[in-house]
Amino acid sequence: MVKVVANAKALKKQKMPQWFYQLGSPRWFYELSGKWLPWLGGSAALLLTIGLVWALLFAPADYQQGNSFRIIYLHVPSAFLAQSVYLLMAIAGAIGLIWKMKVAEVVAKCAAPIGASYAFLALVTGAIWGKPTWGAWWVWDARLTSMLILLFLYLGVIALNSAIGDRQMAAKASAILAIVGVINLPIIKYSVDWWNTLHQPASFTLTEKPAMPAEMWVPLLLMVLGFYALFTWTLLTRCRTEILERERRAGWVCDLLSNSQIK
Amino acid sequence: MYRELRLAARRIFDWLNPLVFFLLVVCLFPLAVSPEPALLGKIAPGIVWVAALLATLLGMDGLFRSDFEDGSLEQIIVGSQPIALLISAKVLSYWLLTGLPLTLLAPLLALMLSLPVGSYEVLCLSLLIGTPSLCLIGAIGAALVVGLRRGGVLLVLLVLPLYIPILIFGSGAVTASLQGMEATGQLAILGAFLALALPLAPIATAAALRISING
Repeated sequence: MVKVVANAKALKKQKMPQWFYQLGSPRWFYELSGKWLPWLGGSAALLLTIGLVWALLFAPADYQQGNSFRIIYLHVPSAFLAQSVYLLMAIAGAIGLIWKMKVAEVVAKCAAPIGASYAFLALVTGAIWGKPTWGAWWVWDARLTSMLILLFLYLGVIALNSAIGDRQMAAKASAILAIVGVINLPIIKYSVDWWNTLHQPASFTLTEKPAMPAEMWVPLLLMVLGFYALFTWTLLTRCRTEILERERRAGWVCDLLSNSQIK
Repeated sequence: MYRELRLAARRIFDWLNPLVFFLLVVCLFPLAVSPEPALLGKIAPGIVWVAALLATLLGMDGLFRSDFEDGSLEQIIVGSQPIALLISAKVLSYWLLTGLPLTLLAPLLALMLSLPVGSYEVLCLSLLIGTPSLCLIGAIGAALVVGLRRGGVLLVLLVLPLYIPILIFGSGAVTASLQGMEATGQLAILGAFLALALPLAPIATAAALRISING
């Protein structure tokens, strides 16, 4: 009964655009991403270089925090990424569950460690920034806490993924966990906000920072874009390795490997 | 569900253990922090809630284990009964054996932690509404790790972050009542969590079980 329904659904879903189905083919994905990689890597390098130089050397110092505020150029992009990568992971996991796409499973699996490292980076830079501005490495501020929980959610997904031996089972199980996590994330965020406002005066929030002049936020924007490009580059590279490993018995991978060895 | 309860009643230590664990954890706090009543009364809501949360997690690992081992879980999945409904029954019986006794035991512990008497009602209410959600969410994790050999620690890792909102509002309700404020808002939010978890969590659990068993 379930199968019949699933088949009917699959028939209906045939109307998705063709590129969507092509993405399901590991080989097609491998070839396409190979073409994108240099562009992504190049733009990431370019954006990050311009952004960093501008941010660290030319952007004006904050009138309250002096030069210590410059860590924002690492902190904010990594916090951005940490959140969007989780969403991406859950969406890829859902696609993998619904359309049983191998590539989506690969993307979800590869995104988790990268996202976790961004969350970690956001926390570390936040702590380093917190020391001179708030006078403490760690404050139980709502944002810090929800970022920490996000990191734990990532670690849970990674742990589950590595604990299950069977690859497909691991992908499906961690997809479910990621989806449950996504439903929970807004709840966690709001409850942590609520919890904090009850217990602690809002003297430690970042919301009261002065409105940024353009010389400050343009490099920030560049850094955010650069981080996104860098992330996509890392993700694709990881995925390509993972695909090669998974498909090592497929004909096209054997061809690819033997060709590259001859050269 | 009747079968569940009868089975569980025969394994008396299975459902007694979380209760003893709950008691022990709570007893550790005065020993570790300080026996001073004023301080204890202040942190009592947090202690009781954290201990209750851990106690619910303790037995969660075995929720589907025995059914998985003797194959009845497979029977349930290939059977014609809706899985989500059966899961709800299982979780309900699990809650009747852990969450409910925990709730009933809570006033005793609150007394030992010198929580003001006026907060007992809110404490019990918050546990009564909160622990079913804990069981429901925990069941998702239990279903995900059921086939794994060392699933226990992993289960804790997966589920604890998801427990945080419930913990915040549960202990928040008691703290609010301690400070003489109305706790109905927090209790209502706990109820909302339960209303959300009650239909959704069994579906996720069913999906997770199917994956754990069929691969």
